[in-house]
Amino acid sequence: MTRGAETAGKGGGALVQVRGTRRLSPARRLHIYLLEARFQVVEVLREPAFAIPTLVFPLILYLFFGVIMGTGGPSLAVPTYVLATYGVFGVLGPALFGFGVGLANERDTGVLLLKQTTPMPVGAYLFAKVMAALIFGTAVVLGLFLLASQAAGVALYRWQWFALAGVLLAGVIPFCALGLAVGAWARGRSAVAVVNLVFLPMAMLSGLWLPVYMFPEIMQDIALALPAYHHAQLALKVVAMDAGQSVPLHVAILMAETLVFLAVARLGFRRAGTFALGGK
Amino acid sequence: MQVVHGPILASLSSVTHRYGPVLALDGLDLEVRRGEVLGVLGPNGAGKTTAISLLLGSLHVQEGVVSVFGSAPGAAEVRVRRGAMLQISGISANLTVREHIELFRAYYPAPLPASRLMAMAGLEDLARRRYGKLSGGQKQRVMFALALAGDPELLFLDEPTTGLDVDARHRLWSEIRALRESGRTTVLTTHNLDEADALADRVVVVHNGRRIAQGTPAEIKSRTAGRLVRCVTRIGPEEVTRMPGFLKVGTRGQHLEVLTTRPEELVRELLGRDRGLADLTVVSAGLEEAFLALTREGKEGAG
Repeated sequence: MTRGAETAGKGGGALVQVRGTRRLSPARRLHIYLLEARFQVVEVLREPAFAIPTLVFPLILYLFFGVIMGTGGPSLAVPTYVLATYGVFGVLGPALFGFGVGLANERDTGVLLLKQTTPMPVGAYLFAKVMAALIFGTAVVLGLFLLASQAAGVALYRWQWFALAGVLLAGVIPFCALGLAVGAWARGRSAVAVVNLVFLPMAMLSGLWLPVYMFPEIMQDIALALPAYHHAQLALKVVAMDAGQSVPLHVAILMAETLVFLAVARLGFRRAGTFALGGK
Repeated sequence: MQVVHGPILASLSSVTHRYGPVLALDGLDLEVRRGEVLGVLGPNGAGKTTAISLLLGSLHVQEGVVSVFGSAPGAAEVRVRRGAMLQISGISANLTVREHIELFRAYYPAPLPASRLMAMAGLEDLARRRYGKLSGGQKQRVMFALALAGDPELLFLDEPTTGLDVDARHRLWSEIRALRESGRTTVLTTHNLDEADALADRVVVVHNGRRIAQGTPAEIKSRTAGRLVRCVTRIGPEEVTRMPGFLKVGTRGQHLEVLTTRPEELVRELLGRDRGLADLTVVSAGLEEAFLALTREGKEGAG
C-alpha cells in the first residue's frame, strides 16, 4: 500500500478534499487583484522612504513656489501654471518610484520569483502596481487642488478642475509603462539611481518647474521627446497656458512612447527569462 | 526507513541547463515519487537550485524533459497543487505575517485555514508582527507557511534551514516530518547531510549538475562503511586505488583523502611507500565523508 492511499483512508484532512476548482473563477480572480492592490498600497504607505519624497514633496514645492512666492504679483499665472505641472510631477513620482523601483526590488529579492510559482495571475501583480500609482497620484493631485484653491486662490471653472484631474491621472498610463521599463532592466539598488536620473532631469527639461520657453532652443527640442513634456502640455491646455501645439499631437506621442516603453519592458523580461509578460 | 515506490509525481529526464558558458545541469535525471521526502543533496553550486527552478517552471527548459503532475511545470493546473519555499532574500518587510499569509491563501482555490498555517509553522504569536522585524528563523517559518498556503500535494523546499540555529532547524525538521505523515510529497534540497539523513526517504546526490549517487540514506552511508585516511604524500591517487580496502580517493588542497574499509593496512602501505608522508589523520566515515568522497569522485570524473 502506498502511503498516500493510507492517508486518504484515514481521512487525512484537507488533502483529500475536492480539488475540482483548479481554474480561477472570475470572483476569485477579482479578489486576488483587489487584495494584491490593497497590500501594495499598505506596503508602500508604511515605507517612509517612498511616501515622503513622492507624496509630500510636490505639496511642499507648491506651498513654496505656488503659494508663498507665486501669489504676490498681480496675476495668479504662477500658481495656476505650477498647479498643472506639479500635478504632472506628483503623478510621475509614484509611477516611477512605486512601479519602477518596486518592481526592480521585487525582482532582486526574489518575491516576484516566489509569487510566480503560485497561481497568482501576473496581471494581478501589474494591476496592483498601477492601482497604487493611481491612488497615490490622486492623493497628490487632490492635495495640490486643495492648496491651489484654498491657499493660493486659484479659481478655475468646475469643468477645468475635473478636466485637469482627469488629464493628470491619465498620466499614470505612460509613466507606469516607463516605470515598468526601468524596473525590467535596472536591478535593485541601482533602480533608485536610474529612476532619479530619469525623474529629475525629465521633470526639469519638460518644463515642470520653469516654462520651456525660458530655456535655450536646444533644451526646448529635447523637451519635445519627453513624455512628461507632452503630458504637462495637455494639463496646461486645460488652464490655457500651454505652448500651443495640438492635443492630438501630444496624445499621439504619449501613446507611441507608451508602446515603446512596453516593448522595452518586454525585452527586459525576456532577457531576465523569468517574467513572461502576457503569458500565464 | 520504508522506501515508497509510489507513482512518479515529477521528473527531470536528461536535463541539461546552461547559464551562458556555465554548465549548471549536465543530463540530470530525477524522479519524485508520491508520498516520499526526496533529499537532493549536493554542495553549493551543484545545480540543486537550478533543478528546483526547472521543476517550478521559473526557468525555461533548454534540453531534456521536465514534467510535474504529467504537465508542463509552469502550467496553471500544476501551480495550484504545489508549494515552494525558495532561497530568496525576503518578502515585503512592511507587511505583517498575517497579511502575507492572507495574500498567499487568496491565490489558491482550497487554501489551508490561516490559523492552521500559523500553527503548523509556529507563528501564532507573531501574526501581527511585520516581516521585517522577524528573526531569521521566524522569517523562514513564514516562508514555510506561505509554501503550505495552498495545501499543496507537492512541496519544494530549497535549502529550508540555511542560516538557522540548531533549535530553529530541528523545529522545521519536525514540521517537515509532520507533512510527510499527512501524505504530502516533499522535495528538499540541502547541503547538510544530517538534514537529508534525518528527513529523507530517498537521497539523490548531485554534483556538477549530474546525479552521482542515489538510494536511501542508509544505502548512501553503507557505500562508505569505512574510514577516511587523510595525509600529505607524494603518492598519487591512481596508485592508491590498488591499496587495501580501497573505496574512494580524492584530493583536498595538499591532502590526499582515501576512503577504505581496512585503514590499518592501507596506512601501513602508505607509510611503507612514502617515508616523507605527513599530517596523517584517520577518521570514521560518517555521511559527511561519504558525501565528500562521492562528490570528489564526481569532480574527477568531470575534469
